Amino acid sequence: MLELKLADYKAEKQPDWCPGCGDYGILSALQMALFELRKDPSQTAVFSGIGCSAKTPHYLNVYGVHTLHGRVLPVAQGAKLANPHLTVVAVGGDGDGLGIGAGHFVAAGRRNVDMLYILYDNEVYGLTKGQAGPTLGFGEKTKSLPKPNPQGRINPLLLAFAAGYTWIGRGYAYDVKGLKELIKEGLSHKGLAFLHVLQPCPTYNDLHTKEWFAPRLYKLKDEGYDPHVPEGLPPEELDRKMAQFQEKAAEWGERIPIGVFWKAEVPTFEERLRAYLPRYPEVYPALGQREPLDLEGLLKEFAL
Amino acid sequence: MEDFTWRVGGPQGGGIETAATLFARAVAKGGWWVATKREYHSNIMGRHSYLDVRLARKPVAAFREKVDMLVALDGETLARHLDEVRSGGVILYDPRVLELTVHKLPMLDHRVAEVLSERFGKLDPSLKDLLAAYVESGVQPLPYPFEEVADRIGAELGVPSLQARRTLNTIAVAASLHFLGFPLEPLLEALALQFRGKVLELNQKVAEAVYREEVPRLSFQLHLNGYEPGRVYLTGAQAAALGKLAGGLRFQTYYPISPATDESTYLEAHTAFTGADVAVVQTEDEIAAVTMAVGAALTGAKSATATSGPGFSLMAEGMGFAGMIEAPLVVTLYQRGGPSTGLPTRTEQGDLQFALRGGHGEYPRLVLASGDIEDAFLDAQKALAWAWRYQTVVVHLLDKFLASMAQSLPKEALRVLQLDGEKRLLPKREGLAPYERYAPSEDGISPFIPIGTPGGFYWMTSDEHDLEGHITEDVVLREYQMEKRMQKLKTAQEEIPLEDQYTLFRDGEVLVLGWGTVKGTLLEALDHLPGVGYLHLRLLWPFPKIADLLEGKRIVTVEHNYSGQLADLVQQETLKRVHHRVVKYSGRPITLDEAVEVLRAVLAKEAPERLVLRKGV
Repeated sequence: MLELKLADYKAEKQPDWCPGCGDYGILSALQMALFELRKDPSQTAVFSGIGCSAKTPHYLNVYGVHTLHGRVLPVAQGAKLANPHLTVVAVGGDGDGLGIGAGHFVAAGRRNVDMLYILYDNEVYGLTKGQAGPTLGFGEKTKSLPKPNPQGRINPLLLAFAAGYTWIGRGYAYDVKGLKELIKEGLSHKGLAFLHVLQPCPTYNDLHTKEWFAPRLYKLKDEGYDPHVPEGLPPEELDRKMAQFQEKAAEWGERIPIGVFWKAEVPTFEERLRAYLPRYPEVYPALGQREPLDLEGLLKEFAL
Repeated sequence: MEDFTWRVGGPQGGGIETAATLFARAVAKGGWWVATKREYHSNIMGRHSYLDVRLARKPVAAFREKVDMLVALDGETLARHLDEVRSGGVILYDPRVLELTVHKLPMLDHRVAEVLSERFGKLDPSLKDLLAAYVESGVQPLPYPFEEVADRIGAELGVPSLQARRTLNTIAVAASLHFLGFPLEPLLEALALQFRGKVLELNQKVAEAVYREEVPRLSFQLHLNGYEPGRVYLTGAQAAALGKLAGGLRFQTYYPISPATDESTYLEAHTAFTGADVAVVQTEDEIAAVTMAVGAALTGAKSATATSGPGFSLMAEGMGFAGMIEAPLVVTLYQRGGPSTGLPTRTEQGDLQFALRGGHGEYPRLVLASGDIEDAFLDAQKALAWAWRYQTVVVHLLDKFLASMAQSLPKEALRVLQLDGEKRLLPKREGLAPYERYAPSEDGISPFIPIGTPGGFYWMTSDEHDLEGHITEDVVLREYQMEKRMQKLKTAQEEIPLEDQYTLFRDGEVLVLGWGTVKGTLLEALDHLPGVGYLHLRLLWPFPKIADLLEGKRIVTVEHNYSGQLADLVQQETLKRVHHRVVKYSGRPITLDEAVEVLRAVLAKEAPERLVLRKGV
């Protein structure tokens, strides 16, 4: 393996995000995390949906696939399942993941494929000039909206929990160092990790700005919060963990927690595939058909 | 008998499929070639379902309008299949149903009940009235108390009634064959294919007991036809699944939908066979099915998805994505009656134009259609090979008729094709630098680079892009990439052998054009139609250059849809007029008799431009 520097993870292509956009912080954190984990760029793939955040792969020197609006999770899961030795990261915005892609967001939780999904949440559809995103609260009116938002807000953490994500974290786009640590942890988690990133949109979201967030954010670990849910936890202990999670995940307004909320040990989809593909993941689809097909054997049940 | 059709009707979930399979295997064990068609409702149990097994002395893929023997396992079958048995044919029924009246058949459609009321001039005709009508039309009634026989045999064998009644299907088949004077031995062999252990023993004893009873001899008999080993009997969905395996499939996605699901569940059930260890993923919807298959393909895994009309509508987006990023993708489309939810369990060829055009913008796609079981097996292999050769979307069209139809055929017909031609980049051994995924190429095909190829990386985007895969809106690059992608269609048209594009089975002054599952019916119809030719289209896009073949002919298209989608396509692509378009959109396949009749009218110059076929129940 080559000796790689942080700069090697940065593509020549320059981002075309607005000045001050939170995307820059997330991109830097992701580059640093990949570098610090010494991820081989040729064995790493970053998938994205559509939107400002979804341009991320173009600025990284790893395999990058900028997919369709809302469809990043199925594409990324397909790649990971076909080649389980890849490091796979999916990224996208709140509209991408929780609006048009909400069905895939939920279904991915049920599978627990071993990868990281980073959701950039700025509460607005930036690339189409600031319509309300699925995380903008009811009655909130950003400067780009003609009227207050008539629809309510999805809580991404609670939804991820209900869907079965096995690692749930939240970071802040301007806390690059903290975010980098969370990405590293999410990448190292065995199973599907969901990282919710709070991210001001300086162009369209004048409600939840850097100034609004700064005094409200606090770190869970500073309060002694333990997200770890070991396998085989007694039911009453599990109930306590779940109650603790729900309390913190629902907290919004005066105080907003960031950090790791939930970290559980659950068999990955790759492990579950073994039930009918016993040689998986040693033998995986991307390797191709390794032995000639036993057509004779398959035709026996049809013989006359 | 040279040509014989046996029909069994009864409630869904009552085991009539087992009965039809048993009958087909028994006569096949007696040397006959068979084809079975299946008609059923979108329902789990209770609604009317029936199957036809047709026998012939050569491989058969067509079905008759009228059957020779109808086995009615319930009263509703009597009501639905009136006029469907030929004069001189027989109906086997349980005399107990004669106590019923039409209005006591809860699942019978009101329309059918009303037609019967009118026909018999009474509000609620009895099934006795119906039976009399069968007899009047020359059908011989054969009362046979299935359940009573089961109980009697059960008592003889010392088996409880409940258990004995589980062999009703065997009794129905055994009784049919016994009436037909067909020997017992092939039936016992067929049972051995179907059952094991104690169940087999019981069923064989039951069959023997049925054969011990005296039955009247029918005016026609079914003899042995000389058994030859080496034949197989399977459905279109099974053949397509096997074809995918033979083509090297590694990853399949699906969302449950009739009638496509059978293919994916077959794959799921057979991963233990060598070379069949495919990862099959049931997704949350067809959008995920198609995009997940694309994601897998990008790593180098031969990937496919299978669906039916409603799912295919959702896949339009993902297919365009594959076309844009040049991902190899096979979509197996089992057409069913549309639009919308339509007729989920009935056949149609209504998605041709959608398969050719569905989705926004333009990208190269190949569309091929299978005509029968053998085609389904071979085409599935071609679809995968072409998807990888041209790094684009291949739509493989089948339909419900073919998916659920079973045919016996020589095992050798299921040939494993040696298809290759995939261009793949040889990875660099050293260093780390971006690959040019969309490197220029005269044939439009850049070397494929699986994600995970060492030595580099690349970008891809559903936006228009440059050679490196970065977003661009530059006019020159846009034109270049559009032309490069579309060039692949021209390359495919030049490379794909003509025999994979179409087959001119016979030339004629009247030339019939067909695609997909009209094939078996039309080929047999030719035997009755001197002067009529048949051109079968296998590749629908890029459209084969067939204009010269049509020169000076009277052109007739035959297809299962309303508008005549092939006719429109032929006119558009050849600038030749289609003189007659024969269509059927009832959800029931075109019968041999209908095809012969309509083409005779065309030959006699007595046919209008548009001909609608309406037979079948």
